[in-house]
This record gives sequence, C-alpha cells and structure tokens, in this order.
Amino acid sequence: MDHTPDSRQLGRIKAVLFALCLLPAGRLGWAAWSGDFGPNPVEFVQRWTGTWTFNLLLLTLCVTPLRSLTGLHWLARLRRMLGLFCFFYATLHFLAFVGFDHEFAVDAIARDILKRPFVTVGFAAFVLLVPLAATSSNRAIRWLGGRRWQDLHRAVYPVAILGCLHYLWLVKATALLWPIAYSAAVALLLGWRVREWRRKAIPVPRFPDAKPLKFFSRRPD
Amino acid sequence: MRIPVPPSSEITPPESFLRRRLLLAGGATLGGIGGPALATPLPSTRAAAWSIDDKPTPFSTMTSYGNFYEFGPDKDSPAKHAHRLRTRPWTLTVDGAVKTEKTFAIDDLLKWAPLEERIYRFRCVEGWSAVVPWIGFPFAELLKRVEITGNAKYVEFWSLADPGQMPYVRVPLLDWPYVEALRLDEAKHPLTLLALGMYGEVMPKQNGAPLRLIVPWKYGFKGAKSIVRVRFVEKQPATAWTKAAPDEYGFYSNVNPDVPHKRWSQSHERRLGEFRKRPTLPFNGYAEQVAGLYAGMDLRQNF
Repeated sequence: MDHTPDSRQLGRIKAVLFALCLLPAGRLGWAAWSGDFGPNPVEFVQRWTGTWTFNLLLLTLCVTPLRSLTGLHWLARLRRMLGLFCFFYATLHFLAFVGFDHEFAVDAIARDILKRPFVTVGFAAFVLLVPLAATSSNRAIRWLGGRRWQDLHRAVYPVAILGCLHYLWLVKATALLWPIAYSAAVALLLGWRVREWRRKAIPVPRFPDAKPLKFFSRRPD
Repeated sequence: MRIPVPPSSEITPPESFLRRRLLLAGGATLGGIGGPALATPLPSTRAAAWSIDDKPTPFSTMTSYGNFYEFGPDKDSPAKHAHRLRTRPWTLTVDGAVKTEKTFAIDDLLKWAPLEERIYRFRCVEGWSAVVPWIGFPFAELLKRVEITGNAKYVEFWSLADPGQMPYVRVPLLDWPYVEALRLDEAKHPLTLLALGMYGEVMPKQNGAPLRLIVPWKYGFKGAKSIVRVRFVEKQPATAWTKAAPDEYGFYSNVNPDVPHKRWSQSHERRLGEFRKRPTLPFNGYAEQVAGLYAGMDLRQNF
C-alpha cells in the first residue's frame, strides 16, 4: 500500500470529501427549505450539529493512527479539511445555543456558561478550537514555525476530552450509551498516541544495581 | 371552577356512542398500530370549562415524539415499538388500602362516566411542552367504585412491565415496573384525569394505551402510561424517576419555573414545533385550581 495520489487525484479526493462533509449541513438546509425540522426543531438542530462536530473531531483524530497503521501518508493532507469542518459544525452548534436557547442575550449566555458544568466544558472546547481554526493556513504554519504550530494544535486533545465531558454530563443517566461510546472512541484514539509517545521516547538506560549518586556538601580535597 | 354544562349541540348522539362500543369491541386490535388511518374514534363531549383555548399540537407530533421508556430511550422509540402492546384483554387491579381488592375490565371502565374532552397544557420536565385534547374522566370516578380505608394517603399507578410486549423492560434503564404516585388529595382533584383517548381517538399505544394518567400541573412523567394497577398506600412511595435520580426528579414534580432542573432552567419552555421559547407558568398555568393543595409547603424543598 504505497500508492500516493498525484496532485490531480488528491484534488478530486478532496472535492469528494468536501461534498461529503457538507452533507450534514445539507440536511439542515433541506429542513429549512421544507420547513420540516421534526417535532422538536431546536432539539433536532442542536443534536445534529453537536453530533456532527463530534463525528468530525473523531475523524480528524483518526488521520494520524490510520497513516501510521497503513503507511498512507497522503491522508495527512485531508486532515485540515476535516478539522475545519469540525470547527464549522461546532460554530453552528454554538450559534444554535446562543440563538435558540438565549436569543443572543449576553448575560443569559454568560450565566449559563458559568452555572451549568456541561455548558462550561462545551464552551471551553469551542474556545480552544478557535485558535486552531485560525492558524490552519499554510501562512500561519510558516509564521508560527512547524514546532510551535504542532504544540498549539495538540490542544485538540483537551478539546476531545472536554467534548466527552460535555456529552456525558448533558444526558440523563438512562441515555449514557452514546456518550460512553464516543468517549471510548476518544480514549482509544488518545490512548494510541500515548503508546506511540512512550514507544518513541528516547530510552533511558537502567542499571538495576546502580547506587544513588552521592553529593558532597564541600568540595572534596 | 364550575362543572361545565355542555350545550346540546355538543352532546354526543346515542348512535355515536353505540358505534363507539362496536368500534372498541372490533377495533381494539387495530387501535394504535400506526398513523391516523387506523385509529379508532372515541366520541366525547368537550369540557370547555376545563380546557384552554390554545391550538392543540398536531396529532402526528404527539404520536411520533415522546418518552415511553418501556419501548426504548429515544423520542421516536415509542412510535417504533409500541405496536407490540396488546391492549385487549386489559384489566385494572385496585388494591392496597382498600376494603376489598377489585379488578376491572377496561371495557367496563370505559363506561364508568361520560367521556370528556379536555384540552390541557402538557409540560415535559425536559423543557418541551404541548397542548393536547385528552379524552377521559376524572380519577375521582374510580374512588366511587372502591372503598378506601383510613390508611390510604397516597396512590400508586403501576404501568405494565411485560418484556414480551415492551422490549426495553429487559434493560435496567429504570427500576421496572414504572410506578408513579400522587398524594390522595392530588389524585382526587378534578383536573386529574384517567385518559382513555386523545384527539377524538382511542389512546394510541405509544401514548400509553389503553389507560393513562394525566396530571396537567405536574411534569409529564408523573402521568403513568398503560396502567394495570392502582394501589393505595399509607407512606409516600419511591417513584420511578425519583429512584433513578433523586436530586433531579422530586416526588411532587409540580411545574415550577422557579426551581431549575440540575442541568437546565425550567423558567421557559418550547412548544413542540416552535423555535422560540415561552415562559413557563407556575403549576403549568393551573395555579388557580391547585395551588391550595400545597398551602404552607416549601415547594423548593418539595420539588
């Protein structure tokens, strides 16, 4: 499996992926056009945008493990689009929250964020996504330098954990199945990274019979 | 509030009543299988004095969206799975603090009192609400047919819990069977309805056929569905949702905009189908009729 698409093929793949990522938004557009948002329109919009934010977050986090397991390194070139679509649905989700739940009343929004833990963590995750989306261009990568850019973009890991908490805390105890399934997926994807970091860490030699170093308070003669 | 005297134009002609009996006898197997096409009419008289003027929520909304955990945890699970419920034969057993235990067949129970149509507000604890024309009669009609003892202080309503008909009773989502309860004076209140139908039809299965409780000033989950047993007891019972999450669902669960749920505010609600919220009213708009039941009680403590 070492076939790497050339730039034309990659362009096509990206176009298809772009269209696929737009499908969930298309579903909302269809509902708006037909006026049929189901029995509980706001719940539908909020769940739909929240679910797709999480789906795209998981897909984004799948890229590196998939690349490593399959050797298809060109997959990394799809990651930016997936991440940006994750941010796109997160933004819709956030707008549905401030618009439908609070009709854009800033004090009510602030109170909700401070008072309700599931809103607090959801909002924190969204805030952490903003700098990642803002620094997704090639220019931003050059400006930051690869190393710093990568460090910054590791913020996606806390975002994933906050996303799990958000989902776990917002449902009632009888509806934990999906939040647990998503959390398990996040645990798997982050756990794989932890294992990789450990594996790749520079090994420190260990001597089982080594004595602790002695330090002298005075310089020995 | 007066007991309404219906105008003669609203009194159901006897032919309709007779047709209803026929339909109930023959149509029971059809009732609730699905859409309105198969539904069975249930004639009744509009009780205007007990009804609000708001436009009812569409029938299709009320039959496709709701909570009925015996059929699954999702809003559309009842509509998908409730067809497995067999509503005939069906009996209601009344026991506990009564002189003699009694069992009533559902078709006899239907004739206890003239069926009234009452358009009530319906407020779910989750924050959505609806306007529903229920058909039934006050729960107080049952008290005319059993003799309760002095020990009867509370009434329990037991829902059917048959894993053969209700797939999710095998899953410990809640402590089955679903038991809800009211204080005796709450149960006796004329607003408390034993509902046998809605929207002019026999109760659809996904809405709690053949017999459910409606307590319009409380959150919807207090209205047990598909009731098979009514038990009078002396002590305040542990009810299904209170057992599942005591800090989120209290015994009383009166609709109260001032007492937030742990995870959301209860100050506003969203009518099904609507995008904008509207303010939630104390006791769901029935304060005038029921606030007296709770005189002197701290409703923040007894939420």
